[in-house]
Amino acid sequence: MDSILKVDHVSQKYQAQNGEVTAIQNITFSVDEGEFISIVGPSGCGKSTLLSIVAGLDRPTYGHVYLAGQPVSGISSQIGYMLQKDNLLEWRTIWRNVLLGLEIRGLLTPENTEHAEQLLKTYELYEFRDKYPSQLSGGMRQRAALIRTLAVRPQILLLDEAFSALDYQTRLTVTDDIYQILKREHKTTLMVTHDIPEAISMSDRIVVLSARPATVKNTHIIEFEPAGMAPLQRRNNPKFSHYFNLIWKELDQND
Amino acid sequence: MTEATAVVSKERALYLQKVRRRKNRIRFTQITILLAILSLWEILAQVGIIDSFVMSQPSRIAKTFLNAAQNGLALHIGVTCLETLIGFLAGVMLGVGIAILLWWSPFLSKVSEPYLVVLNSLPKIALGPVIIIWVGAGMQAIIVMALAISLIVTVMEMLNGFLATDPETMKMARTFGASRMQLFSKIVFPANLHTLFNSLKVNIGLSLVGVIAGEFLVSKAGLGYLIVYGGQVFQMDLVMASVIILAVLAALLYEVVVIIELLVTRHLGHRLRGH
Repeated sequence: MDSILKVDHVSQKYQAQNGEVTAIQNITFSVDEGEFISIVGPSGCGKSTLLSIVAGLDRPTYGHVYLAGQPVSGISSQIGYMLQKDNLLEWRTIWRNVLLGLEIRGLLTPENTEHAEQLLKTYELYEFRDKYPSQLSGGMRQRAALIRTLAVRPQILLLDEAFSALDYQTRLTVTDDIYQILKREHKTTLMVTHDIPEAISMSDRIVVLSARPATVKNTHIIEFEPAGMAPLQRRNNPKFSHYFNLIWKELDQND
Repeated sequence: MTEATAVVSKERALYLQKVRRRKNRIRFTQITILLAILSLWEILAQVGIIDSFVMSQPSRIAKTFLNAAQNGLALHIGVTCLETLIGFLAGVMLGVGIAILLWWSPFLSKVSEPYLVVLNSLPKIALGPVIIIWVGAGMQAIIVMALAISLIVTVMEMLNGFLATDPETMKMARTFGASRMQLFSKIVFPANLHTLFNSLKVNIGLSLVGVIAGEFLVSKAGLGYLIVYGGQVFQMDLVMASVIILAVLAALLYEVVVIIELLVTRHLGHRLRGH
């Protein structure tokens, strides 16, 4: 299978007044098309740094990132990035929030707005398009943020602790929700999280990072029968705790 | 919510009544205090306990007001209003412009920091003579004075607001490849609309301070001129009448800004929760 994303021996050093910090060291992995990969690691190990590099927001000190064979330099239009907070603009309606990405990229064509409208309809936010973010629940806001990201038709989606700001109950439903959306839209996804159950419930593969400076410790292939099981069902599967123990112990060894 | 429904529970009715009563009581007390002060002042002046030549008295102030109203009071009010508005608008536009420039270039912003701090704490009225010599004695000096007083505050407040824009929201826009121009127009500026209006509210008052101070120094008309003139010829009635008009004018100008804010935010559907 072709890997759509390749992270090749990437290292990142930060320079600060009082010294040099190596955030991540020599990280290599690749993501296949349509795959859902999670990166887990202890807090502050440099997971988000890695994601920023993949997105082209930061430049790595060493190494390269390739997107569909092309080296990443600068922010790529093929990447959609979702952050911890939904970051919906309070002064814009949901509809105008959803169009923000297209607007910034100068892609407000009738075809693209129609696509955005279709996404809103499919994911049950169409009736709320004229509402303001403050009038929506946390889960709906996160879905609106996802649609804003999908509206620019990215090939790869990066989720940066995208659910950790939600309360537990909402979080379970939203992960289920978003998982279904991503599968239906056939998106390749790279998720960074510190939540092991979340990673197991959504991913095809999990990359475990060590504490700072982060290196790849191990990679686990997550398989549930039948394939395509939803996150909530996975949580009830007996294999779930097996994976949990495996990864949890691995992370624990760091400290 | 329950207010909209036809049936209001007994507890609710009682509560609403209590709220209304309290509101009325506050308003009543406020008016009483004002009337008490005015009548005490008037009576004490009438019976001669206070010297109305020095302290003036409400009935004489009213008479002076009516008299002045027929003798070009409107002109004086108009002049002060005009100077204030020009100074205010110039201060806001220039101030916001400079703040945008400093937001744009973090280097410039760092460089300007000590200058802004010093200029901010400097009492701008001290610049009066300099301003008069540089721009000439006249309305222009008064406008420059109003500008000088409101400018630095605007720059600092707007810049702080711009710089405090949520970095996560900025990052979100950057992931879509937003240019610095787009970051400003789509995120930073709309996010700081409330900062702008707060600054306008402060500035309208400051501009008035600048104008009055300017009119004290150089003027042929305006409320500041009337106050100084009244003081010089020892007409306390004129001084007091001018001060009272000034107070009303200040309140009205502030109210205009509040109304504009309401209109703009409603037009934009901007919900100012928590601010």
